[in-house]
Amino acid sequence: MSQAFTKAMARNIFYGGTVFFLLLFLALSFDTVSALPKRDNRANLTEAVAQGKKLWENNNCIGCHTLLGEGAYFAPELGNAFKRLGGKDGVMAFIKSRPAGGIPGRRSMPQFNFTDAQLNALAEFLKYSSEINSANWPPNVQG
Amino acid sequence: MQYSSQAVAKPYFIAAIGLFVGQILFGLILGLQYVLGDFLFPEIPFNVARMVHTNLLIVWLLFGFMGAAYYLVPEESERELESPGLAIAMFWIFLVAGALTILGYLLVPYAGLAQLTGNDLLPTMGREFLEQPTITKLGIVVVALSFLYNIGMTVLKGRKTVVSLVLLIGLTGLAVFFLFSFYNPDNLVLDKFFWWWVVHLWVEGVWELILGSILAFVLIKTTGVDREVIEKWLYIIIAMTLITGIIGTGHHYYWIGTPEYWQWWGSVFSAMEPIPFFMMTVFAFNMVNKRRREHPNKAAVLWALGTATMAFLGAGVWGFLHTLAPVNYYTHGSQITAAHGHMAFYGAYVMIVLTMISYAMPMLRGRTAANSNKSQVLEMWSFWLMTIAIVFITLFLTAAGILQVFLQRMGENPLPFMVVQEKVALFYWLREIAGLVFLIGLLTYVASFFVGNDEPEAKTAG
Repeated sequence: MSQAFTKAMARNIFYGGTVFFLLLFLALSFDTVSALPKRDNRANLTEAVAQGKKLWENNNCIGCHTLLGEGAYFAPELGNAFKRLGGKDGVMAFIKSRPAGGIPGRRSMPQFNFTDAQLNALAEFLKYSSEINSANWPPNVQG
Repeated sequence: MQYSSQAVAKPYFIAAIGLFVGQILFGLILGLQYVLGDFLFPEIPFNVARMVHTNLLIVWLLFGFMGAAYYLVPEESERELESPGLAIAMFWIFLVAGALTILGYLLVPYAGLAQLTGNDLLPTMGREFLEQPTITKLGIVVVALSFLYNIGMTVLKGRKTVVSLVLLIGLTGLAVFFLFSFYNPDNLVLDKFFWWWVVHLWVEGVWELILGSILAFVLIKTTGVDREVIEKWLYIIIAMTLITGIIGTGHHYYWIGTPEYWQWWGSVFSAMEPIPFFMMTVFAFNMVNKRRREHPNKAAVLWALGTATMAFLGAGVWGFLHTLAPVNYYTHGSQITAAHGHMAFYGAYVMIVLTMISYAMPMLRGRTAANSNKSQVLEMWSFWLMTIAIVFITLFLTAAGILQVFLQRMGENPLPFMVVQEKVALFYWLREIAGLVFLIGLLTYVASFFVGNDEPEAKTAG
């Protein structure tokens, strides 16, 4: 780099730029958090949904699935699984019916032996997730 | 080695390499599970193997960063490390905590591990990359703070250079942003929003400062180019990193319930994220071309040039491929994402740690500057094997991803996820073969530490 551009100038760009864009990011984040109540479906965030989210986490579901596109890419997207599987009954029946020993030669979800109350909570969590305003993502029902 | 306390870096580097081998073995298990779905099921289900694969990566990179800091900071600060004893104590605590966590993943069902470690008291588990039990996360905070104290005091009491200052800023950011891993609200959108404050602001933010500072250090040492020139480059590279990368977080906020304006902020700023990586490539090649000395450690220079190139390809080019919102609408959470993840992590972070190990390990093992020629030749073989393997892993996953997006998300009759997975299986097989080549490269790398030790050091030609 040319001699006219000094180390002090580079340093000032670093500190000035970092502080400026960090503050801008904080301002945008503040705006986002204020705008979320209209988008994040919090009105339907019930006890059952919270319990469902905990089950989702405690069984590391994200180690195979994506949820709103984030997670692992080994198993189907779950942000719209509620719609794809035909509502609550479909979700509960699917999770319940996984064979404990897997399926020969194929990928299979483990059998978690959930109680009916737990299955209900998971279905409620997936219903709540499917109603978040995700800017029309995923592109279609296949996720 | 100029300061005896630099020796604490050695166990950190050895642990890093050991865990790296474990990471790759689990990667091969995962690759096989993609095509033989019932492989090791239900003993090691995919989610467990993946958690081991990604967590081992994070832990060994952290070992690498810490080892690099312990080696680099005394030399930059021109004084001994504040407390070598603390550094060794933290090494054992981190290693034992890490090993127990991995064993927990493998031996106890995850829900049982959550119960065993009292996750209900402060639920932080079960989120991608942050699967560690809360107690492990607290341990990470303790290790990080002790480490920062040790490094910080050494820097503050000694000579202050741009290299050590940038490293310190990067490491401080690493510790600060990790604290967001303890925030896990029931509200999924808020959870996801702040989860990225750990994940994105680490790998596309402060980690790049660590990367830049290690690269600058190795280039100063191996090329003999004036420190002023290198430090000016370092400042401007990391300036561009944070100017583009902080708002660039927005490219994760397109489809998770956050406002649509992020599609603009995220697209525009993350489209510029390749710029600092490109500058890093230009910088590294320029410095080596303008070198004032021939350093006998040719392998270290190769790694340095390699990381500058592969970080640009993996993080820069492959990131740009799917970062614009209209493209990302179709590619989000597909094998394209996996392709990018593999080359970006290898190119930027795996390679910079291996660069530092390559540069420092000969001195840590009693050489004056470099390994024997024989050892270096083997190391350079491992460089090419691993690097070419990761390029092919990335290309095969990209091909799988393009097909997946086309079949599953575009057109009149989108196919179900599992139907598409079977249709692209050929590319998963090819990826697995490339993965085996990577393992051969890694074993070659390990072997390079054991050959040619009784031969004389490599000398510079001319």
